[in-house]
Amino acid sequence: MSTANPEVQQKKPSKKGFELFDFLYKYGTIITILALIVIFSITSPAFLDGGNIVNILRSISIVTIIAIGITISLSVDGFDLSVGSTVSLTNAVVISMFVWFSQNIFVALLAAIGAALVVGAFNSFMIVKVRIPDMLMTLATMFIIQGIALTYTKGATVSQNMIMPDGSFSTGTIPEVFSKIGQVPWIIIIMIAAVLLVHIFLNYTKHGRYMYVIGGNKEAARLSGIPVNKYKIAAYLMSATFAAIGGIVLASRVMTAEINSGAPYLMDAVAAAFIGSSVLGAGKPNAFGTFVGAVLIGILQNGLVMMSVPYYAMDIVKGTVLALALALTYYKKK
Amino acid sequence: MTTLLEMKNISIEFPGVKALNDVSFSTETGSTHALIGANGAGKSTLMKVLSGAYHHYTGEIYLDGKKVTIRSPKEAQELGIQIVYQEVDTALIPYLSVGENIMLNETVNDMGKKQFVSWKHIHEKATDILESIHVKISSKTLVSELTLAEKQMVIIARSLVKQCKFLILDEPTAPLSHSETKELFRIVRDLKSRNVGIIFISHRLPELFEVCADITVMKNGEFVCKEKIAETSQNRVVEYMLGEKLEEQFPKYHGEIGDHILEVNGLYDTGMIKDFTMHVNAGEIVGIAGLVGAGKSELCKALFGASKVTAGEIKIKGTTAKIKDPSQAVKKGLALVPEERRKEGILVQESVAANLTAASLGKFAKVLSFLDFKREKEVSSQMIGSLGIKTPSQETRVQNLSGGNQQKVAIGKWLIADAEVYIFDEPTKGVDVGAKKDIFELISQLAKRGKSIIYASCEFSEILGITDRVYVVYDGQVAKELDTKSTNEEELLFYSTGGK
Repeated sequence: MSTANPEVQQKKPSKKGFELFDFLYKYGTIITILALIVIFSITSPAFLDGGNIVNILRSISIVTIIAIGITISLSVDGFDLSVGSTVSLTNAVVISMFVWFSQNIFVALLAAIGAALVVGAFNSFMIVKVRIPDMLMTLATMFIIQGIALTYTKGATVSQNMIMPDGSFSTGTIPEVFSKIGQVPWIIIIMIAAVLLVHIFLNYTKHGRYMYVIGGNKEAARLSGIPVNKYKIAAYLMSATFAAIGGIVLASRVMTAEINSGAPYLMDAVAAAFIGSSVLGAGKPNAFGTFVGAVLIGILQNGLVMMSVPYYAMDIVKGTVLALALALTYYKKK
Repeated sequence: MTTLLEMKNISIEFPGVKALNDVSFSTETGSTHALIGANGAGKSTLMKVLSGAYHHYTGEIYLDGKKVTIRSPKEAQELGIQIVYQEVDTALIPYLSVGENIMLNETVNDMGKKQFVSWKHIHEKATDILESIHVKISSKTLVSELTLAEKQMVIIARSLVKQCKFLILDEPTAPLSHSETKELFRIVRDLKSRNVGIIFISHRLPELFEVCADITVMKNGEFVCKEKIAETSQNRVVEYMLGEKLEEQFPKYHGEIGDHILEVNGLYDTGMIKDFTMHVNAGEIVGIAGLVGAGKSELCKALFGASKVTAGEIKIKGTTAKIKDPSQAVKKGLALVPEERRKEGILVQESVAANLTAASLGKFAKVLSFLDFKREKEVSSQMIGSLGIKTPSQETRVQNLSGGNQQKVAIGKWLIADAEVYIFDEPTKGVDVGAKKDIFELISQLAKRGKSIIYASCEFSEILGITDRVYVVYDGQVAKELDTKSTNEEELLFYSTGGK
């Protein structure tokens, strides 16, 4: 127990005896990124091109936006696994609004975000009221929503001029302005805005502090008079909202709705959020860290492609990086 | 044939504490022996030594005059010494059946080369044992479906699988209802007639006098006396338990006592608290005295909306208050400093400043809920100064502070929140002497400012030192309301052990 004198304990961190593990914990991710940049720019000089940097940022933007949502759910000690499916669903909804129902852009966006909020509300009801553990419930939701998205699109890719079940061609078109969302610079601006917004929310507002308090010790938070359930509900709604934004951006980028289009993003986003927890020794999920985590994954992917590593081997590297990041977090916790 | 058990000159030390000092204890099979003492007297420790939970004690144990070695639970069990701990849930596997739980030791230790479990054998043998103590639980029920009392019986049944010469029951009746206690006593008498020696630890004197033949009293890790129940009285045992204690320094401001602030009428929670009626005035420190397990923490939580209230009424300043959860309690001006500090009171991973402002963050929010970090810093450093919290800085994580300083943080949180009624649940638990004094000082200051204080503790010297009025709690009910000035430790102990 911590009965020792606080002055004595405090000396530990300031002692300059090089604590390799602490150092790795704080700066490991950033050092890895820098090392990767050096390695990749030596092996393929094109890596540091302005064009390629924009390319990397563009490629991580959707993952980052989704990961930001996961970060919020992690901050209340929850875990939202259903975001991948929510991305697929919102992607399908927004494209179908244009293509099938010839709606304008506002209706399309609102419908997509509305659909995501329903998912978030369902998650939070089952978790807060029925008290199913977060990860198990969102795992179930992941399947349900995946199925709903598939059923909604009847297992087909939704795109302009697609063949409808009755044999005719769809008549709706996707407006020009919608396609801008998924293009540089907007896609990068949206990502940076999301990161900044959530960073400010979590670190500089009352509500963000409450969420961290809940994540740190739910019982103490409750006995401090914090309405724990309300904040958990809010966290899942926000997580779903960011998934919706991710789905919309994805829709704009590819201008179609592929089946299960969001699924591949889930694991990258989870990895980014977990890697981010340790960045600069934060020790808790945070928006800036999540962004750094996403950058790490993005650089890795981009560099490996340039080094002609086959796409099918990519997951080995990504998984290993995640395992290392988790090892840092959990080994520290002991 | 009776077997004599003797423990001679048992001493054991834990870092910083001498838990047992040269204790001797003896009992025999076919008798029921009560072991009693105030909290921290060393009863449970002594019995843990006997059951092999500790291996680093000094002293000797004899069975029928023959010296035996007990350094592990297995050795104790092989000698026929079995223990039923108070926390029954830690000893059972909830998703296995009653039979599997009863036969657990055999399945784990005596299977040898056999690889397959014989269900027939398990359920038959378990049923036999259950029947032998006349317990009507099916061997095939899942343990998770049992009541607490039934779980206790399953553990007792388990200890009868092997030969059982001595059975230690560590506060078995604390969580039981009246009729369940009766049932337990029936089993105890049953076992006694089968020549099992029962050692019965309890805080409840009337029970011990009902079921036991001998009584051993312990105090501060030492043996006090052993008597025959028939030849002693409850009052005498209470005297033995107390002895004299070190006087502690308590501040004594008799503040102006004002009107009723908090009134509680016929409060019930989901199990422990029954028909609880009390009131607290402005500027008054009201003690809730009771032994461990009497329902003090349950009461504090029920008042604070942290557990469900099933009946009764809470009035604050004369108006009925509906308190469904702690956030409403805080809005109504209540504050709770909970007993389990690390689990419920503080955020070990967060900074001192974040902890201090956690209950009143609204005060530090500007437009759009943005936090005013400058004010948070000012107020928290002021609080650190006025409470004398020893911390290198307000950014230090609370896990790096000592127990006493953590407690000051847990209290300071509510001082910033500025409540009307402060509920303290065992605030000096795990706190060193210096910090204790500071905490008493603080509580007196609050009362002086006209706040109402509820002080729940099992340390009667503290109750006597700091409170103005005291409710003695026994089994979730008010056993007696006393004026602190005209009472003493003996009387508190008498009522809190169920005396009438």
